[in-house]
Amino acid sequence: MTARRRPVRKVAARTGFYALLLLMLVPFAFVFWYMISTSLKPQQALTSSTFQWTFTPTLANYAQVMQQTDFLEFALNSMLVGLGSVAIALGLGLPAAYAIARYKAPKLAGIILSARVTPGITFLIPLFIIFSRLDWVDTYRALIVAHLLITLPLVTWLMIGFFEELPQEIIDSARVDGASAIRTFLQVILPVTRGGIASAAILAFIFSWNHFMFSVVLAGRTTRTLPVAVFEFMSYGQINWGAIAAAATVMTIPVVVLAMFAQRHIVQGLAGGAVKG
Amino acid sequence: MTDTKTAIGVPRERNRSGGPRRTPRSARGGESVGRRLSAWVDRHVLAVFTTPALAFIALTMLFPVVFTIYLSLTHWVGGASRAPEFIGLENFIRLFTDDERFWLATLRTILLTAGAVLAQTVLGVAIAVLLHRKFVLSGLVRSVVLLPMIATPVAIALVWRLMFHPQLGVLNDILVRLGLPPSDWLANPDLALFLVGVVDTWEWAPLIALITLAGLTALPEEPFEAASIDGANGWQKFWHVTLPMVRPIVVVAVVLRLIEALKTFDPILVMTNGGPGFATETLNIYAYNIAFQYQQLGYSAALLIVFFLLVLLISSSVLSLRRGKE
Repeated sequence: MTARRRPVRKVAARTGFYALLLLMLVPFAFVFWYMISTSLKPQQALTSSTFQWTFTPTLANYAQVMQQTDFLEFALNSMLVGLGSVAIALGLGLPAAYAIARYKAPKLAGIILSARVTPGITFLIPLFIIFSRLDWVDTYRALIVAHLLITLPLVTWLMIGFFEELPQEIIDSARVDGASAIRTFLQVILPVTRGGIASAAILAFIFSWNHFMFSVVLAGRTTRTLPVAVFEFMSYGQINWGAIAAAATVMTIPVVVLAMFAQRHIVQGLAGGAVKG
Repeated sequence: MTDTKTAIGVPRERNRSGGPRRTPRSARGGESVGRRLSAWVDRHVLAVFTTPALAFIALTMLFPVVFTIYLSLTHWVGGASRAPEFIGLENFIRLFTDDERFWLATLRTILLTAGAVLAQTVLGVAIAVLLHRKFVLSGLVRSVVLLPMIATPVAIALVWRLMFHPQLGVLNDILVRLGLPPSDWLANPDLALFLVGVVDTWEWAPLIALITLAGLTALPEEPFEAASIDGANGWQKFWHVTLPMVRPIVVVAVVLRLIEALKTFDPILVMTNGGPGFATETLNIYAYNIAFQYQQLGYSAALLIVFFLLVLLISSSVLSLRRGKE
């Protein structure tokens, strides 16, 4: 009896497990399915008085976004701000992270991380006033400086972790050769940590690309980043939800693709260095 | 490997820049200055390497903080071009004694943070336990769980806003199909803040889940084997073995989320902009509106200082609570 009951029980437990798994996945997947399906809906299905589950997919919403808005220009703005703030974050953050990891200076790391804990709006208002005085509002440099407050702590914290994992022999062997600290750093340390640097750069770019609050205030007509631009699509008279869903989809795709390359380090990045993956 | 690399690399570069081998004491002044500089850098690596980053942080953070403190003592309305007028502590007095909107925003901030983070923790740990099992396509499932927190928050908030739409949205259709009355969702002041919390939970339960999962994966096997031998069932093992062991890392995740949740901005601005009425106006949104809609820069600075201190107070007390436990 028991011998026969066991497998039945096991199958039941297994089925229960997969049912729970499915139950958990549905809400997560549903929102993304909804975004994509709305973006493919023809206009009459979008505006009909009842919700349409089935429809003939169309790319009309995508065409409309591309033709009626400066979507590519906004995407380019986001990319420039992202690349600029990531490049500078690497320039400032890599040496800092290396020195902090090597000389064990967690207090200095704490100062850099404090930018992450402080509510962004606390420096947004002073930055807005300062940038207005400097006539920097609606310039890339203002946005890059603001986004550095996101990318610099992220790069520094992730890289401290990578540098700490480096075997001491690598640094020592360069020392023995008589290489200076700067030469050791540039020619020995950076090449061996390039995988980590790539992950940190990808994550920092994602964070910059996704960031909304700084650009909503500091960007103007010519530098508007993608999230701000898509948000403002809503205020153009009649809201076209199909076009908004299409824009949201296109905005999300690069992030998802990039995340694939840095998947292992995403949780670490979001956890601000508190967790080692 | 690295030895040979530098050993070969160094002389080559010298040849390129300075021709044939130089004697150690070159007559050229440039090199000795360069050497002395490099020796100086070698003696002060920590300072030289960290100063640029620290200087940037000081410039973009400390300076604004000091500036905000000054601003909070002024009356400054109507944009950055006007001149501020010094009024002492009047802004703070007004904030604490004559601004119900501030108190309600504070209450909502705390309510939203506590509710959402509690829900995220329970769901996150549950998801982590589920994902910790071996199953087919587990890599794909983990990627799906990762999506909510890496997708652009504005895109996500816009999609939720459409889902909540009373006529066009999918949620009312589902309710009606289930034979339930439709809801007005975000337009309902009694429901809106709760729904903001739902969206936040949807977005961030995965973070707690994946951090906890990392903790679960790192756990040793022996205590589980011992518990099995003692005849513990699955639930007992979870409650008495797993949970105590992963608690430290779950606490880390919760602290992180608490600090972040206090600052929730994107979904609120996109979905409700603090409305209907002021039903979802948290401190972050209130400060934003005072500064950029009403252009009361002095008053907003006072509010920011209070908000900043609140975040500092909550995060440091949670952190010290955690240290005390360990």
